[in-house]
Amino acid sequence: MTGLGRQGGAEAAKGGRRHLLSIAELGAEGIEEILEVSDAFVEVGRRSIPKVPSLRGRTVVTLFAEQSTRTRLSFETAAKRLSADVLSFSVDTSSLKKGESLRDTVETVAAMGVDAFVVRHTSAGAPAAVARWVDASVVNAGDGWHEHPTQALLDCYTIRQVLTERGGHPLEGSGVGCFVGLRVAIVGDVRHSRVARSLVLALGALGAEVTLVAPGSLLPPSLVGWPVAKVSYDLDAVLPNVDVCYLLRLQSERGAGAFLPSVREYSAWYGLTSRRAALLGDDALVMHPGPMNRGVEIADDVVALPQSLVLRQVSNGVAVRMAVLFMLLGQGQVGSGGGAPALAPISGPAPTLGTVVGA
Amino acid sequence: MPEPTSRGARSAPRPTGRVVIRGGTVVDGRGERVADVVVDGAEVVEVAPGATVPRGATVLDAGGCVVAPGLVDLHTHLRQPGAEEAETVETGSRAAALGGFTAVVAMPNTDPPIDSAAVALEVLALGAGATCLVAVAGAITMGRAGERLAPMGELASLGIHLFTDDGAGVQDVAVMRRALEYARGFDVTLAQHCEDDDMAGGGHMHEGEWSSRLGVPGIPAEAEEMMVARDIALARLTGGRVHFLHISTGRSAEFVAAAKAEGLSVTAEVTPHHLTLTHAELAGYDPVYKVNPPLRCESDVRALRAACMSGTVDAVATDHAPHAPERKDATLDVAPPGMLGLQTALPVVLAALAHGPGANGAVTHGVSDGPGTMSTRDILGLMSWQPARIAGLARDQGGDQGGPIEPGGPANICVIDPAATWEVDASRLASRSRNTPWAGRVMNGQVRHTLFRGEPVVIDGEAQR
Repeated sequence: MTGLGRQGGAEAAKGGRRHLLSIAELGAEGIEEILEVSDAFVEVGRRSIPKVPSLRGRTVVTLFAEQSTRTRLSFETAAKRLSADVLSFSVDTSSLKKGESLRDTVETVAAMGVDAFVVRHTSAGAPAAVARWVDASVVNAGDGWHEHPTQALLDCYTIRQVLTERGGHPLEGSGVGCFVGLRVAIVGDVRHSRVARSLVLALGALGAEVTLVAPGSLLPPSLVGWPVAKVSYDLDAVLPNVDVCYLLRLQSERGAGAFLPSVREYSAWYGLTSRRAALLGDDALVMHPGPMNRGVEIADDVVALPQSLVLRQVSNGVAVRMAVLFMLLGQGQVGSGGGAPALAPISGPAPTLGTVVGA
Repeated sequence: MPEPTSRGARSAPRPTGRVVIRGGTVVDGRGERVADVVVDGAEVVEVAPGATVPRGATVLDAGGCVVAPGLVDLHTHLRQPGAEEAETVETGSRAAALGGFTAVVAMPNTDPPIDSAAVALEVLALGAGATCLVAVAGAITMGRAGERLAPMGELASLGIHLFTDDGAGVQDVAVMRRALEYARGFDVTLAQHCEDDDMAGGGHMHEGEWSSRLGVPGIPAEAEEMMVARDIALARLTGGRVHFLHISTGRSAEFVAAAKAEGLSVTAEVTPHHLTLTHAELAGYDPVYKVNPPLRCESDVRALRAACMSGTVDAVATDHAPHAPERKDATLDVAPPGMLGLQTALPVVLAALAHGPGANGAVTHGVSDGPGTMSTRDILGLMSWQPARIAGLARDQGGDQGGPIEPGGPANICVIDPAATWEVDASRLASRSRNTPWAGRVMNGQVRHTLFRGEPVVIDGEAQR
């Protein structure tokens, strides 16, 4: 049973394909399955040749109409480790600059024979629009203020990985029970954050107790339907009672500046300084989706603390995105027998002209 | 002050023969009676049961149907001049006739806008041969820029009765005050698109639960309500007459009700879509549901229905806003706001106001039960004789719209089959655009025939030209 795109509703895939547009369509079961499949790809990542042939012959396009470093590289690395062919498309060099509509651009690319679009766009809903226009699978890699589902999935994966290690349990088959009652503070510009929207939905579905901490002007206008336990304006009061402190980037390029007197004042009230980090419990985790504004939402020396998971989030990102692409595009219907996919390493004789293996 | 020449465009009378509308129930501002209606030329000559059919007359069957004064739309975007790829006066008025309308008021947010006699005369001339009366609204300010007053006197002398910068509200309160004061001399009405730009802040949908979930910048209800409240204060201050276009929130309706109770000269319209659809429609980011003012909450829909029943709302107006497919089929933030309305207005309004709790859920979508039901006659009042009066097109204002249907009266008539059901096929609409939110939905109630100045422009649901 896979949850990917099952409740897509209007966004239901054409031609039986599936998309990942929102965490909302996954539910706890769908999230759990992706995390479990990710375990197998984390294992692949530890191999000397971290590459499997699962998506050989498939083509994945990364369509990024907004600046991005880590998400794009992470998706492209994931697709390449699955042996898919990767086409990279960015707005700076494309016909979108010449006035071609998004629809025409997407349909043109689709006509070249593409199995999946990984879409990053400044407009909320752009991946949903792409899913309406083409037959290929669509993965939302961040749309406006809406969602960034793979970020939330890799964050959940990272939390689960750390908690399971601490408990001394094997990761495989560990389920998602560790999230029940987990106290998570999400701090910062929730209003303009697609990461926050996806993460709140994911953590809520898994049973965590989420507190939003933000200045009033950076909270969304309504929290109806958000699985949030509390809202606080006082980070100092919240920190001693959380298991995870998740800091959002101050989205100054989204005009967050107009919502605040100054970055300095934001940092003074909501930044995780080393003084504030000392308020956290010994076991509390510190996370940040990146890119960080060091000295604004997180102090330089806090990034370096052992409980800071920032780089671990990044490395898990590749495995989680491999899992998502594999589940959308892999021939083997994931979950038919449950458990992880069989992932034969790429081995055997060196490739000949007759058996091309993705380089 | 120059003598007004006419109210709206007068088309050259087309040669029309005699027409008999047989077997229907005549419903107009005077009441209801079972009667045949005999039309000769542009005039009704007889209203009586079992009327004799004159030789050579066209007989239109109206069995089981309501025979009503033609509908009047206070709020139509015909897009000409400037956006003929989306709509023209000809295609828009054909859609109007198919929707039962015998008059539309063309909004002035064209390119160039209707802020001069030259452009007004161009649109009036385009409307002269149309299948319904094409009245014109003038802009309040030059270029609809909200700064300098448009030549209201000159435009009023062409018969223009409504003035609006629709598409935007007049932001500067001093400009709006001067406009209301200046307008007093011309017996005209200023119609406001109530939206405070600073408050709306470039939003694309109603600010609330769904905008917050979807990560879409929102337009709070207060952006509208603040300007409704402001302009009520201006109506009090100036004694001017204000018509509130497409009010979309329950509190706007409360403000209007209080202003009316106070005796101020204010009127208000709502659209069919604000009586039926909510912001939850945007869940899939489909730009067809992007409209300004935005679709609001279920509580607003209920309050607006109640305001129709209580008389707070004077008219239903379509805000028919065609957009070419290539512009509308974009991401939600890029797509322009607006939806088609002329051909679906009547059944949608019947579903919202007439059919009662639980009925016609397919059309009313999320909001299927209402605060009660309205009689067909009261609903027709909202769509015909009440808007006719606001537009200055009623008979005692020198016009020929809104009935009543009586011997010697004008033959602007629509025949409605309340029991007929039909499915909306966007590709078959008369409009040049396709942006209807009702595509594929089944409608209860259909316009069967439309007579414009005696000419059967629609027979059995088919446009005759």
